[in-house]
Order: sequence, then C-alpha cells, then structure tokens
Amino acid sequence: MPVLQMREALRRAMSEEMRRDPNIFLMGEEVAYYDGAYKVSQGMLEEFGPERVVDTPISENGFAGLGVGAAMVGMRPIIEFMTFNFSLVAYDQVINSAARIYQMSAGQYKCPIVFRGANGAAENLASQHSTSVESIYAHFPGVKVVSVATPYDACGLLKSAIRDDNPVIFLESEMLYGLKGEVPAEEYTIPLGKADLKRDGTDLTIITWGKQVHTCLTAAATLEKAGVSAQVLDLRSIRPLDHEAVFAAVAKTHRVVIVQEGFAFAGMAAELAARIQETCFDLLDAPVRRVTNRDVPMPYSPPLEKQVIITPERIVEAALLTLGRSTTNEGAR
Amino acid sequence: MTASAPTPPPALPERSPLPAVTKDGLLHLYREMVLIRRVEELAAKAYTQRKIFGFCHLYIGLESVAVGAAAACQPQDHWVTAYREHGQAMAKGVTARAVMAELYGKATGCTQGLGGSMHLFDSKVNFMGGYGIVGAHVPLAAGVAWGLKQRKTNGVAVCFFGDGAAHQGAFFEALCLAQLYKLPVVFLCENNYYAMGTAIDRQSALIDMSLRGLGVGMVREQFDGFDVEHVRDRVAAAVEFARSGQGPVILEAITYRYRGHSMSDPAKYRPSGELEEKKKSDPLAITERRLLTDFGCTAEELEALRASVDAEADDAVQFAEDSPWPDPTHLYDYTYAPEPAAAGSEEKR
Repeated sequence: MPVLQMREALRRAMSEEMRRDPNIFLMGEEVAYYDGAYKVSQGMLEEFGPERVVDTPISENGFAGLGVGAAMVGMRPIIEFMTFNFSLVAYDQVINSAARIYQMSAGQYKCPIVFRGANGAAENLASQHSTSVESIYAHFPGVKVVSVATPYDACGLLKSAIRDDNPVIFLESEMLYGLKGEVPAEEYTIPLGKADLKRDGTDLTIITWGKQVHTCLTAAATLEKAGVSAQVLDLRSIRPLDHEAVFAAVAKTHRVVIVQEGFAFAGMAAELAARIQETCFDLLDAPVRRVTNRDVPMPYSPPLEKQVIITPERIVEAALLTLGRSTTNEGAR
Repeated sequence: MTASAPTPPPALPERSPLPAVTKDGLLHLYREMVLIRRVEELAAKAYTQRKIFGFCHLYIGLESVAVGAAAACQPQDHWVTAYREHGQAMAKGVTARAVMAELYGKATGCTQGLGGSMHLFDSKVNFMGGYGIVGAHVPLAAGVAWGLKQRKTNGVAVCFFGDGAAHQGAFFEALCLAQLYKLPVVFLCENNYYAMGTAIDRQSALIDMSLRGLGVGMVREQFDGFDVEHVRDRVAAAVEFARSGQGPVILEAITYRYRGHSMSDPAKYRPSGELEEKKKSDPLAITERRLLTDFGCTAEELEALRASVDAEADDAVQFAEDSPWPDPTHLYDYTYAPEPAAAGSEEKR
C-alpha cells in the first residue's frame, strides 16, 4: 500500500474530487501561488488553474462568506483557513450563515461547503495561535465537525466532507501534516459519523480525536507496561457523533477517560461525559474523567506550554485514577 | 512591485440600455409599490394584534427602490438582502400571500414558518434571503456572483443593504473581493438616513456610502431613490455593466423610511417636521402624478387599481389567517440536508 504524508493525503482527496466535479474550488490565503502555507495544495494551481485554486486577500470573514454564497448557487467550495485560529474572524459566516441557511430557507438553499485547516496548538505559537475550536463549532446544529489523525482517515473523510451537502468543519493539525501512513491506491471514502477503534483493549476506553489520538496511543503503550489494557476510540467525526461506538465502548470497558485538546469548561469532553452518564450510567464502574488543556490562555515559553498541553503522562495518570490505582503524582485534572 | 496608477473607475453610462417606461409598464410599477405599502400597513396592524411576532421591519417609504430595481433585473438575477425585506421579496416576485403567511409563522409561508420576517426566501424567483446580522450578507452576495459567473448563467447578484451595514467589516471585505475578482454583483445601498436610531451624520463622517467603493476602485453612483423610473434606469445601468463582465458596481439610493426601525420603535429621535418634509417626495405620490400628468391616466383608473390592490392585500391576510400552523413533527426536517446518493466506494482497509 502506498505511504503518503498527511498533506499528500489531503491533497489527493481534494484533487480527486475536483477532477470529478467542476463545481468544486479551493479558496484561501496562499493556497495557489505559494502552494499552501503548509504545502497541502502544492501543485494544485498548476493542475486546476487560478479559477479553481484561488488566492485571497487576508480577509477570512469575506472569503468565508463568499464561499457560502457560492455554495448556495451550486458551487462546492473548499475554504482553507491557514489555521482555525483565524476562523474566529469568520465565525459569524460559519455559524450565522452556513449553519443556518438550509433550515431558515426551509430547504430551498443548501450550503455544501468545507472549511478546512489546522486546529489546536502546534509548538510555542503562544496565546492567539494555539486555539482548539471543535467545541465551539460542534455546539451548533447545522454544521458537521470532523477531526483527523491519520493520512488514511484524512483522505477518506475529506472526500466525504466535500461530497456532503452541508457545511463541514474539517480539522487538521500543523503537527501532523508530515505524518506518514498507508493510503490505498484505489479510490475510497469514509462516511462521516463513524468512529474508529485505533487500539483495542479491555480495562478502559480512552475517547479522543485528531492529533490527541497519537498522545493517547503513546499513553496506552505505557499503560500496557503497567498491566493495563486500554483501548483508544477515535471519534473522527465529532458531529454527527457515533453514539453507538461510544456506548459500546462503555459497555465493554466500564471505565472511560476523555482526552480533549482545548479547555474543559463547556467543552466537547463534558458533552460526551454527560451523554455517557445519561445513557449508560449503570454500566460505569467509575466516574468519567477528562484530560484537557489547563484552564489558561496558552503561554509562549516552552516549559510553561508543557504545563498546559496534554501529555501522555497526564493521560496515564487519569487512567490509573479511573481504575482506582494509586498514582504517585498529583491528580490528573 | 510597481504601484499601479490610481486610475479612477469610470462612471456608469448616463442612460441605461432599457427603453423608457411605457404607460402600462409604469402602471405595473405603481401597482407593485401600492401593494407593498398596503401589505406593510396590514402587517403593522397584525403586529399590534399580536398575530405577527418577533421583529418586524417595515419597508414603507422605500417602495420605489425595490420595485425600480426589480424592473431593472432579469429573472436569472439573484437578490440577497437584509431584514427589511418584505417589499424586496414582493418586488422580486414572492407573492403577498407567501410573505404574509410567513410573517404569521404559518406553514404556507415562503419559508414554512421557519424564517419569519427577517428570513424570507423563495428559490423559484431567485430571492435568496433575508439575513439578520447587519452587513454579514454582503460577502454572500459576492459569493453568489462568483457562482453565477463560474456557472456561466449570465446572472447578476444584487445585494441590498442599509447605510448602517456600510460600517461593518464584512461589507468592506466583500467590496475588496468583488472588485479583485471582477464579480457580477451590484451593491445597492438604501440610505434611509438612520441606522436604527442613529442618524447618518452621527454614525458616519461620510454621507454617501457609494463613495466607499472608490477605496477599492469600484464604479459607484449615488442617486435619488424616490422616483421608481429613475431607480429602474440607474440600477439597470449598473446591472448591465456588471453583466457585461466589467466588474461590480456600488450604488446608493437616497431614500427614507416612514416608520421606526422596527415595530417596537416609535422613532422619537427624528427632528420634528422631518418626516412631513420627506413625505413631499413620497414614491407613490411621485409616480401617481406622473401617471396623471404625462401618461393620461384618470383618477378613476388609479382608484380602481388601488381597490384591486386592497383586495389582493386583504386576501393575503385572510390566507395567512386561514393557513395552518407548521407541523411540529417536521421540526428537524431542515437542520441538515439529506445524505447525498451513495457515491464512491465504501471504506476499505
């Protein structure tokens, strides 16, 4: 099976879809002549031309809204945010416009649009460039939210996102663009709304998505050495949520740790914990625990940043507490 | 990099390519304006009777702008507008029944009771809403124009907005993008001198919002919006300029709203006598005089026309009254568009 970098898998998904459907176009800052800030769209200008791979001025609110309007008349825009930090400038267009047009027009206008780009902290990018946005987008009915961890998932899910007739927030990571993984040579898609068990286990389930899948896999390997069999469930799609997979995992292991980059307060991990206790309280052998960023804007200095972000050690600690094992460190929260 | 020479954008042609309005044509425009005003008056009444809910922004006083613009457009032209849009919807071809039923929140409304006063849509006549975040719909219009151009529809996007919206960043970003990509879009500012309760000279150092276009090199024009024939001509000049592929245009129609910002606003911020002064250039009165003076219409003829409008407006109210409420079992029908037909292969690994 061919091995692709994450950025190549994303590029392949967009290029395959653009060859199939002339209404698809890619628009964003530096996507064309610069080949993409993270080289995701490298070479696409050459293949598809400037009408379909479109550089914009630094104008997120403007070009996100432009994409929404184009989607309403039959185009299928892919809007790249250089990072999702900048999407907050366009939050109004994503939520007030894209998420609501199909409903408030009573189905007369669809909004098939993908907003994609890097989400979450990278390294030492400080306060304004380290935001995780999944919780603040998944809050709203009318959008779908996808977060990818591997090149295989990225290619298959991005193709489904582009084909979807709804707005899809497609979350990538600066830290993963160079990650290599196997991607089948033949065309494939992965349906939105299906979680994927990235590691099987019996003692507890770690639920996560996106870049944190890798942190959790590292933690699970450490736990194995301590005699704990942890499984890692990658949601892949945050909205729609694969309830079936989540509840099956609870029924199997009875203990759950949720790992969510970003803040705990009013976040996606809290939503998952609430749904688990509402639906399968009797199946739980321990309270659901969360591992998230510390509740503070991201500091710049490396030793300080390390205090804020999620580490395998913090996940291991939380897992052991959930299992009722003593840990030598402080609490996981 | 060399700086490009600051060439000022050209002026629009002095006359649009449209032929002059005929008697029948002007009678039709007059009827449209009277219908909008009558429907709005009945909406105000229904609102005070608590049959219309929420926010309700009336178009009374501005009728000539929407009706003149509609006369300047072709069916493939798409309109995007804000929340003071009952009149624009009717001018573009949404029926009085569908508008009134929507204001009533009934299942027969143009968005089945889901949108209400601020979110009227009718895809059959390319009326694309109806948005309640001031200025946020302006980039959408640029995108509609992008799509109309890419899909070679020969259509133009027309974006209505008020003087208040011309202070939002989204508005300015849309102008930048539209000019950069030479999109077929006409930005039509209805300057009614008030952004909610803030008078134009208290919200802006610049009174003519079309001048904002000069900053991005866009063709612009300000014109008197009270005479429907003049609006038709100026908007047609702009729409045909955009249709010809020369790029966007920003227009400002000087107009005035007779009512408050919304039904809950008594408009006490207006200087005394201003409303009475403005009513001297009432769009309906201007066109009525023209029909009587220059086209040989009789007072009886116009009286009969107004009676038929009253009947149509009354019928719209009765239709709304008699229509059923939306069925709650369909509450979730339009949150997400359905899954597309299975395309491509299943997941494989």
